[in-house]
Amino acid sequence: MRIAVVGCGAVGSLFAANLAQLEDVEVWAYDLDRAHVDAINADGLRLVGSGEVVGRVRATTEAGELPPCELGIVATKAMHTESAIAATAPAFVDGAVASVQNGLGNEEAIARHVPRVIRGTTFPAGKLVSPGVVQWDVRGNTTFGPFEPSPATEDQVEVLADACTRAGMPTQAAADARPAQWRKVVFNAATNPIGALTHLTHGRACERPDLRALITGLVEEGKAVAAAQGVTLDADPEAMIDHAARRDVAYDHKASMLQDVEARRATEIDYLNGAISRLGRGLAVPTPLNDAITALVKALEDSWMQS
Amino acid sequence: MIERVCIVGAGTIGSLFAGHLAQVVEVSVLTRRREHAEALSAHGLRVTGRSNLHARVEASADPAELGGFDLGLICCKGTDLAAVASALHGRAEGATLMTVQNGLGAEEVVRQQGTWPLVSAITFMSGTRHSDTEVEYILDTATWLGPYRETPYATVEEIAALIESTGLKAQAFEDLRPAQWSKLVFNATVNGVAALTGLPHDPHFAAESEPTDLGRLVHALVEEGTAVAQAAGPGVADDPWEMNVLATQRGSAHRPSMLEDVEAERPTEVESINGALVREADQFGVAAPLQRALYALVRAREAAYA
Repeated sequence: MRIAVVGCGAVGSLFAANLAQLEDVEVWAYDLDRAHVDAINADGLRLVGSGEVVGRVRATTEAGELPPCELGIVATKAMHTESAIAATAPAFVDGAVASVQNGLGNEEAIARHVPRVIRGTTFPAGKLVSPGVVQWDVRGNTTFGPFEPSPATEDQVEVLADACTRAGMPTQAAADARPAQWRKVVFNAATNPIGALTHLTHGRACERPDLRALITGLVEEGKAVAAAQGVTLDADPEAMIDHAARRDVAYDHKASMLQDVEARRATEIDYLNGAISRLGRGLAVPTPLNDAITALVKALEDSWMQS
Repeated sequence: MIERVCIVGAGTIGSLFAGHLAQVVEVSVLTRRREHAEALSAHGLRVTGRSNLHARVEASADPAELGGFDLGLICCKGTDLAAVASALHGRAEGATLMTVQNGLGAEEVVRQQGTWPLVSAITFMSGTRHSDTEVEYILDTATWLGPYRETPYATVEEIAALIESTGLKAQAFEDLRPAQWSKLVFNATVNGVAALTGLPHDPHFAAESEPTDLGRLVHALVEEGTAVAQAAGPGVADDPWEMNVLATQRGSAHRPSMLEDVEAERPTEVESINGALVREADQFGVAAPLQRALYALVRAREAAYA
């Protein structure tokens, strides 16, 4: 079986390197970072930290070089989904493609280019430390389920989940992946932009009562938008937020959006709080705090163009 | 008769008052830093820009060294006010004191330290301090003043006339509170948003065409603030939204002080501006969730300084 990872940054590399450990899977990676791709082809894709493995992965910057694949995993930043899947879609004509990305709207973008799509949510995290080498920071579960309007078959979802699990990344095949996805979206939308705007780590933000109350306000709005779509979260984001704030968990973690702000990179705000606001407007669910946070982060991005 | 004026705190606003008032009355200056006082006493104070003045002033960092005065203009930042007011405790007998701080509550802080008659003021003039002895006068907008509690309105009129006689603009109000609230709502909103976004007060603040445009948020914050002003009693004089829109149309965008403070990692006036607004909201039972969020975010941004 052939699996292609589209977007081989930190999260994509975790999937690619682990899946490459399986005898029955041939792993391809598509990424635009030439140095990373060359290093992977020369020395393999190396993970350090929470797991130490080297995966033999065939990497390319040319989408046309991808052979036909049974399965795809898209792991780009949300703003690059559309262009990445548009380029790679011919490899998945007879396959199914999963998203393991942040935010909302990625599966819709994928479904504009390939026929069978898998809704996915993943919690493992890491960072690219040098070409071909990724630090695995956090282990965690992954959930896959059919994307309702353009569903992959139950078999395809199960084959992918089984492969990931056998490769050391515990993954569940679910009939409905939305409760897991919304749990992560609500968690991220309530915490990521708070880090981005205040520059505080997750733990320091959570120990300020007024800021913690704002986080709760954002969680409540997100849950209301999920509920209006008929989605009940599979776990309480509040408990996850408090758990992550523990000193032995992620007290010192800088949200990825804060890392983006420090590097003056475009953030995923449109796919998190912006998406909650947009969906809320369509469903007549008021989301004043998510509207406010979206406007602030977008204005912050605009300020970089002026200097 | 006001013959001797003491300027307490010689930042931009204090320096502008000192330089202009020294043309018509005897002016002393109380500074926070001793080197600042020495430089002023040695070289005087130069005002450039819309005025071209050179003033001789008597300056000191020690309140005990200052002579008596009839009027004290308290121009320090809100964050320094408590220390400044306690330094005046037991001094300046017979003087009237005027507070020129942003936000709310400056009069109460000063009142705790003595029974001087107090005048409330807010100023819209602006400038840039180029050194301890030179300030550029940029925006020649007015200072508004009004009586605090039992202070007679005639006192306010006399001070306004004095300020006007120096070429600065001033206007006396029988009740300044609606104007104070206009400026408070404006400042809490514009300063807070600028501090968090890094944007100067530019046309983003008035843009409302898309749902996520910043002007939508600014408008909603202003409406919450105005509701607090109404619940608290005075309401607003000028509509803070109109003030915001006009200010973004001036051409060169102003960099609000809270933005400058955050970029330099200095303490901001968030407590006396956003904090004051949220505390009034609490006292009068107004929800104000967006102003509350803005206050929490700016306080947290300050807590993240290295």
